[in-house]
Amino acid sequence: MTRYIARRLALSLFVLFGVTVVVFGLIHLAPGDPARLMLYDTAPEEEVQAMRKALGLDQPLRLQYWLFLSGALRGDLGRSLYYKQPALRIILEHLPATVELTFAALFVSLLVAVPMGILSAVRRDSVWDYAGMLLATIGQAAPVFWLGLMLILLFSVQWMLLPSSGRGGIVNLILPSVTLGAPLMALVTRLVRSGMLDILGEDYIRTARAKGLAEQLVIYRHALRNMLIPLVTVVGLQLGALLGGAVITETIFAWPGVGRLVVTAITARDYPLVQAATLLVSVYFVAINLLLDVLYVYIDPRIRFA
Amino acid sequence: MSASRPETGNEKVPARKERLVARFLRSRRAIFGSLFLLTIALAAVFAEAISPANPEVIDMSHRLSPPAGGGASGKFLLGGDQLGRDMLSRIIYGARISLTVGVTAVLLSGTLGVLLGLLAGYYRGRTDETIMRLADIQLAIPTILLAIALVGVLGPSLRNLILVLGVTGWVIYARTIRGVVLSLREQQFVEAARALGSGDGRTLFRYIMPNVWTPAIVVASQQMGFMIIMESALSFLGLGVPPPTPTWGGMIADGRGYLATAWHVTTFPGVVLMATVLAVNFFGDGLRDVLDPRLRL
Repeated sequence: MTRYIARRLALSLFVLFGVTVVVFGLIHLAPGDPARLMLYDTAPEEEVQAMRKALGLDQPLRLQYWLFLSGALRGDLGRSLYYKQPALRIILEHLPATVELTFAALFVSLLVAVPMGILSAVRRDSVWDYAGMLLATIGQAAPVFWLGLMLILLFSVQWMLLPSSGRGGIVNLILPSVTLGAPLMALVTRLVRSGMLDILGEDYIRTARAKGLAEQLVIYRHALRNMLIPLVTVVGLQLGALLGGAVITETIFAWPGVGRLVVTAITARDYPLVQAATLLVSVYFVAINLLLDVLYVYIDPRIRFA
Repeated sequence: MSASRPETGNEKVPARKERLVARFLRSRRAIFGSLFLLTIALAAVFAEAISPANPEVIDMSHRLSPPAGGGASGKFLLGGDQLGRDMLSRIIYGARISLTVGVTAVLLSGTLGVLLGLLAGYYRGRTDETIMRLADIQLAIPTILLAIALVGVLGPSLRNLILVLGVTGWVIYARTIRGVVLSLREQQFVEAARALGSGDGRTLFRYIMPNVWTPAIVVASQQMGFMIIMESALSFLGLGVPPPTPTWGGMIADGRGYLATAWHVTTFPGVVLMATVLAVNFFGDGLRDVLDPRLRL
C-alpha cells in the first residue's frame, strides 16, 4: 500500500515537472518577440528591450527555464505585468473562490445525480427514468456558458429570484454551481443508472434478496457500495473538465476566481500571470487526483491487500 | 442468431455494410441525429443561397428587433442583433465555422492520437512509457485552460483555433488505440505475419492498423460534439474566429449585455448549438452501438 502511494506521488511530481516545461514554453510559441507580445504592436524598440531584460528573455533559453523552475520551487512565479505584484500572491487571493465554486458544483451534481441515477435504474422505464435521462441528455449537450446565461435570464432577469453575479452568501453560489455542475450531473446520472442496472442483476444481489433483506438495504448496502469505485474514477477524470468549466462559469457570473483572472489576464496580455495561474491550477488538479488515488485504497480492498 | 449455422460461403447473407446500416436505422435517435446534422451541413454549404439577408450588413433600424410577429419591425424571422444584423442569416453562416472547426480539429487530433497510440501499443517499453507520460502531463492542464492560453499567445484566427484544438485533443485516441493494439499484437495473425518475415512497419500499418479504424471512428464521433463546444466556448470568450465573421459562440456573447431587453440574441444561437451537439452525440452513439458496443462508457 505504501508502495502504491509512493508510486503515485512520484508520478504526480513527474507530471508537475512536465507541466512546468509546457507552461514555460507557452510564451516562446508566440510568433515573433514575446516581449513585444506583452506590450502593444507599435511599442518603441527601447521599451521592448527593457521588457526583454525585465523578464530575463535576453538570457539563453536553458538558463531561462532553470530560473523559472527554481523560482517556482521557491514560490516565486514571476510578477504580474498588470497588477505589478507577485503573480503567486494574486492567484492565492483568487484561489479560494475557485475551490469553493468547484466543490459546490461537485456537491450539487452528486447530490442530484446519484439519487436520480438510482431511481432511474430501480424504476426502469418509469416516468422518473425518462425524466432523468432527458435531463442527462440535455445536460451533456448544453454548453456551460449558454446554460449559465439561460439560468440568469430565467432566475435573475425574469423572476428576480437569484443574483446573477458576484460572490457572497449561499444565494450567490446557487446559479454558478448548478451551471458548472450540469455536465458532471448528466454524466454521473447515466453512469449510476447503467452501473446499478448491471449490479442489480448480480448473484450477490439475488442472495441478499433471498435472505430476506429489505429492498432499501439491498440497494444502499450492497448495490450502491459497488458503484463507488467507478464513481470515484469518473469524478477524478472529470475534475479537469470541471476546472476548465470554472474558467467559463466564473467569467459569466463575475465570480472572482482564478478562471476569470486568467481570461482577463489573456485580454490584458499579462502572460506571466497566465503562466502562473495555469501552473497553479494544474498543481491543484494533480493534488486532488493524488488524494483520490489515496481514497481508492480505502474503498477498494483489492488495492489495500495487493 | 446465425452463430450455429455452418458457413459454406454460398448462403445469401446481406453484405456487412447493409447489415450495419439496417442496425443503425433501427435507432430513432441515430436517425434524428443524422437528419439534423445533414440539414445543418447543407445549410452551411449553401449559406449564400438560403440566407434571407447578408449576415454582416449593419442596419441600426433593426437593432435588437424582436423575432417575427413581435414589434413593428418583424422583418427578420429570428430578430436582429445589437447591430441590426439578421440573426437567422448569422446562425446559418455560423454553422460554417462550427462544422469546419469540429471536423478538421477531430481529423487532426485523431490522426495524431491514432499514430501515437499505434506506436505506444506496438513498441511498448520506453516508447509507450514516453507517450503515456506525455498524455498524463497534457491531462494535468485542463483542456480549455491550455487552449485559452495557446490561442491567447498565438492570436485568434481560424487556423490557430483548429491547430490548438487539434493538438490538445490527441490523448483520448492515443489511450484507446494503445489498448486495442496491446491486445492485437498478441494475436495469431500478427504472429503469423511476423513469422512470414513482415517487418515492424509493415506489421503495424498493413496488419494492425486496419483493425483500429473502428474504435478510432467511434472515438472521433464522440469527440466531435466536444470540439464544437470548445470552438464556441473560445469564440464566446473572444478567442475564436474574429468578428465580423458570425460564430455561434460569438453571437451568444453579443447577447450577454441585452439579456433583459433582447433575450433572443443569446437564446437562438444557443438552441441551435445545443441541438447540433445533441445530434452529433446521437449520431455518434448510433455509430458506436453498431460498430462496437463494447466502447460504451
